[in-house]
Amino acid sequence: MGKARLAAARTRGAGAPAGAQGGRARPNPNPFEVKVNRQKFPVLGRKARHAVGQPGVSRARAVHKRTQTLLKEYKERDKSNVFTDKRFGEYSSTMSPEEKMMKRFALEQQRQHEKKSIYNLNEDEELTHYGQSLADIEKHNDIVDSDSDTEERGTLSAELTAAHFGGGGGLLHKKTPQQQGEEGEKPRSRRELIEELIAKSKQEKRERQAQREGALELTEKLDQDWKEIQTLLTHRTPKSENRDKKERPKPDAYDMMVRELGFEMKAQPSNRMKSEEELAKEEQERLQQLEAARLRRMRGEDEGSEARKPKHLSADDLNDGFVLDKDDRRLLSYTDGKMSIEEEQSGEASDGESEEEQGEDLSEEDPENSSDPDGHSDLESDMDSEEDCGRPSGEPRQALGEGTTSIGHRAQEAARNQLPYTFAAPESYEELKSLLSGRTREEQLVVVERIQTCNHPSLAVGNKAKLEKLFGFLLEYIGDLATDDPPNLRVIDKLVVQLYNLCQMFPDSASDSIKFVLRDAMHEMEGAIEARGRAAFPGLDVLMYLKIAGMLFPTSDLWHPVVTPALVCMSQLLTKCPVLSLQDVVKGLFVCCVFLDYVSLSRRFIPELVNFLLGILYIASPNKCGRGYTLVHPFRASGKNSELLVVSDEEDKATWQRRGLSLHWAYRLKAQNKTEANHTSRAWVGRQLHVDVVYISPKPSGAKCPVGSAAVFRTMTLSAQGHGAAVLPNTTLLSCLAVCLALVKGCTQFYSSLPSFYAIVRPLRALLMEHLAGRSHPPELQELCQSALANLEEPEPRCRPLVCAKSKPEPLKLFTPRLVKVLEFGRKQGSSKQEQERRRLIHKHKREFKGAVREIRRDNQFLARMQLSETLERDAERKRKVKQLFNSLATQEGEWKALKRKKFKK
Amino acid sequence: MERDSGPEGVRRALGRLLEAVLASRGQANAVFDVLAVLQSEDHEETQEAVRACSRLFGALLERGELFVGSLPSEDAVMAGSQGATRKYKVWMRHRYRSCLNRLQELLVHPSFEVKELALSTLMKFVQLEGARPLEKPKWDGYYLFPRQLFKAVVEGLLSPEDDCSLLLARFREYLEHDDIRYHTMQAATDTVGRVTDRHPEVPLTFWNNAFTLLSSVSLPSQERGISSFYVKHGELPRTWKVVHLKEHRKAFQGMWLGFLKHKLPLSLYKKVLVIMHDSILPHLAQPSLMIDFLTRAYDVGGAISLLALNGLFILIHQHNLEYPDFYRKLYGLLDPSVFHVKYRARFFHLADLFLSSSHLPAYLVAAFAKRLSRLALTAPPEALLMVLPFICNLLRRHPACRVLVHRPLGHELDADPYDPEEEDPAKSRALESSLWELQALQQHYHPEVSQAASVINQALSVPEVSIAPLLELTAFEVFERDLKKKGQGSVPLEFIPARGLLGRQDDFCAQHFTLS
Repeated sequence: MGKARLAAARTRGAGAPAGAQGGRARPNPNPFEVKVNRQKFPVLGRKARHAVGQPGVSRARAVHKRTQTLLKEYKERDKSNVFTDKRFGEYSSTMSPEEKMMKRFALEQQRQHEKKSIYNLNEDEELTHYGQSLADIEKHNDIVDSDSDTEERGTLSAELTAAHFGGGGGLLHKKTPQQQGEEGEKPRSRRELIEELIAKSKQEKRERQAQREGALELTEKLDQDWKEIQTLLTHRTPKSENRDKKERPKPDAYDMMVRELGFEMKAQPSNRMKSEEELAKEEQERLQQLEAARLRRMRGEDEGSEARKPKHLSADDLNDGFVLDKDDRRLLSYTDGKMSIEEEQSGEASDGESEEEQGEDLSEEDPENSSDPDGHSDLESDMDSEEDCGRPSGEPRQALGEGTTSIGHRAQEAARNQLPYTFAAPESYEELKSLLSGRTREEQLVVVERIQTCNHPSLAVGNKAKLEKLFGFLLEYIGDLATDDPPNLRVIDKLVVQLYNLCQMFPDSASDSIKFVLRDAMHEMEGAIEARGRAAFPGLDVLMYLKIAGMLFPTSDLWHPVVTPALVCMSQLLTKCPVLSLQDVVKGLFVCCVFLDYVSLSRRFIPELVNFLLGILYIASPNKCGRGYTLVHPFRASGKNSELLVVSDEEDKATWQRRGLSLHWAYRLKAQNKTEANHTSRAWVGRQLHVDVVYISPKPSGAKCPVGSAAVFRTMTLSAQGHGAAVLPNTTLLSCLAVCLALVKGCTQFYSSLPSFYAIVRPLRALLMEHLAGRSHPPELQELCQSALANLEEPEPRCRPLVCAKSKPEPLKLFTPRLVKVLEFGRKQGSSKQEQERRRLIHKHKREFKGAVREIRRDNQFLARMQLSETLERDAERKRKVKQLFNSLATQEGEWKALKRKKFKK
Repeated sequence: MERDSGPEGVRRALGRLLEAVLASRGQANAVFDVLAVLQSEDHEETQEAVRACSRLFGALLERGELFVGSLPSEDAVMAGSQGATRKYKVWMRHRYRSCLNRLQELLVHPSFEVKELALSTLMKFVQLEGARPLEKPKWDGYYLFPRQLFKAVVEGLLSPEDDCSLLLARFREYLEHDDIRYHTMQAATDTVGRVTDRHPEVPLTFWNNAFTLLSSVSLPSQERGISSFYVKHGELPRTWKVVHLKEHRKAFQGMWLGFLKHKLPLSLYKKVLVIMHDSILPHLAQPSLMIDFLTRAYDVGGAISLLALNGLFILIHQHNLEYPDFYRKLYGLLDPSVFHVKYRARFFHLADLFLSSSHLPAYLVAAFAKRLSRLALTAPPEALLMVLPFICNLLRRHPACRVLVHRPLGHELDADPYDPEEEDPAKSRALESSLWELQALQQHYHPEVSQAASVINQALSVPEVSIAPLLELTAFEVFERDLKKKGQGSVPLEFIPARGLLGRQDDFCAQHFTLS
């Protein structure tokens, strides 16, 4: 409370300085009343605020203020009634009375003119005349109610006034003396007079009433007339309404047509049809752009800067990557199946051709194989496609026209026609499998295609998730196909296209799916390594996944969420899995090929690959001297597998021809290893591999298989003395060796620019020399060896010593002083702005607090003083009264004594 | 004795016999029946018999009804004219002995339950005999432990024919007791010596058993730890050897030296070396006695040398071993296989220690750095991630070797002057060379490796990179890390449309593999 009062006092003090501080303006003449606050030393730039003080004056002011406020409150402390004078400016000493009056009048006016309703726009200032509203006066229709006394209204007749109040009437004036004279004589005359007066007024009243009724009647009549006139005046508007009513019911056919034509969508001007060259050019530009982006990622330059966002995102965008852009339309055009059909047809067409070419070979086939012409033709087609390497890739499309009649195409047509047109997207892998199982290759493809088209994300909301799932299921299906017996690689081959399309639509979920299968594979391998210290080569499915990952994602990126783990996975395969059998060799070589394909653009260095090829060369080397190279982990210099690939059968060497390795190998041998049953392996040799035998060596493979070669190859087929068994592995061994040599050649081409190329390939060179020295290989292999070695034999480039990049020169130490901006003197510097502000506020609060305490103390002192003076005053009064009483008593006593003395004297 | 069928019947019959024997000495001949069941072929019955024997002789030992002192021959006593009590005691003691013999035989029984039961019964007898010795003390306060019996137990455990690892695992519980441990060490030393003397070709199973037993002996590190005894004694005089840790250590040392002086199979060598540094060396009374063994192992080469390093390091570091040509041999150990062996982390940890001295000559460190970077050309990514910082650390520690990565005034060379075949690091001319291998590894397919190799392009930073967390890095961890890493933006996609599994003609896969 004290504080509030203080604040009030302070504002009041500040508000009224003019009068109170009038004395301050003039210099105080009395030097004894001035107190000087001495400064010890002058500080530049500091303002001395309280250099001179006037304690007497300020104390007087304070006392004055307290008497005005505190004392008043003190005196009124026990009083409940408060008189508040609300007259404007009553206590203001600065206003003159005239001013006060003017202000009060203005306020009153304002109060009257305050709007009664804020919504009433027409409310104006009401003008008055002698206190009467002008608007009321102007109405003129001062209707007098019949039952009310209209006489009391302002328009009183003179007679009436005279009669009632007895003022002003000449007649009455005249009469009054008469009345005074003859009051006693003619009392009736007065009564008559009054009655007459009453009758008169009644009559007058009746007349006025009749007149008013007449006026009312007239106005009513006038209104009637006006209404009639009004109907005449406004007859036009009803007419227009009528016309509208007429038009609506009968729309004109012609009009309608015109309107329709008017509102019809105009054909938008579209881009003109592009010529072939332009299309090709655009495509080239697009590819160039993509290639540039790929190169940037390969170098590991900032991806964020070049990550382009779609220019415009519609609010209705499903964010499914379905944009009706030109580029995307090209990609999507694959989904309708056309593209794949073309592929198919070209493949089948070449199949057809090859079938004719190789027709005579059919007779030599195994019975089982000949019963399956399709499989056979596939084999041939691959041979063809090998030869076709040089052919431009555009050619298959041209073959479309020629191949329409091919069997494959017809089969596909049939498949298309037989199958239902809509498929629900599978919710689980089992569903997909049940959809696809039991169907032919073409049918499976069509089914997958149709699932995709039926569930395109642009058709329904949930389709996106469905198709994302479909990708995972397809991947799983491919894994199953690859581990099937026999692996159904042809279907995988076709499904890859679908996977690619799905991946283009949903990159993130696709990458997650692939990561998932890779993680599975790695988990399995890790478990095996933990348990036994080594792991077997995984099944064909993992190899397929790795290959597919390389086809869906750019492998040349410096870092890629899918490709980098895949690379690590392959590195594991090549370092942790020992090569125990021919099947492992085939798998390993396949991994090598995939690995090398991954880095074919970026030319990155893969130590594991070189190690593995070295190992393969080693186990294929017949006479090892073991100098100049060291084998690395999965391979051992000695042991039962160290001669896995050595071929000693001269005949096989002579008849060997170079050709591709079959991926089925990787699977078949595994099955054989698993079962370990001799008869199975024999059956396998007889049934499966014989097919290859027939193709590879046209001569019927002899029963004169040397025992030695079979012994060398005992890990593979211990019981393979059956006819033709040993020949086949030998040729395959040579094929493996050929692939290995080709990979060595590829490696040397890739890595020839590396700084320590010589050190990297030194072991390879040593082994190749050994191979050549042996002169035991078929001529083609010898050639291959030679060419690989030729790359290695290149003279070592001159070695330039390494030099670090120049680092920035360190700046000299400088001795200029550090400049700090001084914001305020006497304050702690160097703290942050908030900290400074906080300090300032704390300081201020402290000062205010102290001031408030001081004020309260002074108030109390003042009050105490007042109370004391009151008490003293009361005491003095009492004393005075007592004295007075004593005085009067003394006087009485004196008087009484005097009286007594008088008596005694008497 | 009527024979009930089934183990239940046998148990009841044995119980009756037992009560009879314990009730009156007149029924003592029933012991023969019990011992006969002990010979039974049936596992269940044998177990019942073992339990019965345990109770029977346990009770007799408690009562002191067995003859104390060196046992006279049975016939002599029976024929003699001593008192009936003495005869009875001698006779009973003979039965006890035959029971023990049978129990020892049971230690190599095919059934594990029987084996375990036999072992625990024997150990129970050991405890009881220890409390009431069957020998007369030579003087007052003479420490009596049933050594003969216990030695027989240990001998049974170290069978040359059977793999006793399970039984030994059970026996490990008894090794918690200090007296058992002490006597086991003595008995094992004895047994190993005897078996190796007896057999010219010691079977592998014996070595394995012996190693399992030896490696499960672990000494306490403080004298105060010796307080738990299997055989309870009132108070232990200070003169008893079992009380002193020093004696334990002596026995421990004798045991291991006796074991290691024989020619061990290679796999066992590795096992011994693996536990050498933290279970054997610290507890030996005189660790320097291991020098011979360790130096021989270090000379073997390959993984064994790598493992011997650890023990050697402790000897060099704490026991003042002077080893000539140590670094030369270490240099010789570096071959491509170091990145693939199981003990890679341990080896590089030690190599880091050995090369941490700043007083090594520059040529030596340079030779190591060059050799390691040569080997890095064949290493898998997880090893590269460790060895590249390792090499950089070497260069940081030895500024004189920085010429390997920074030789501003060097001339162009025709070939790398470094000689990888040279065994002596001093003559390898590594200091004249440069680490071009690291430059080649900047092109490595794994981004982290190429990043680690690119460190040498800039001047090396001063603080060393700690390789401790990288030592145990496995490829699987690298793989997981890569999988978890999130790229910004969406996943980049291949823009060349896929045509099929072997669709691209210029692929190596398509060139060399066919689908059929």
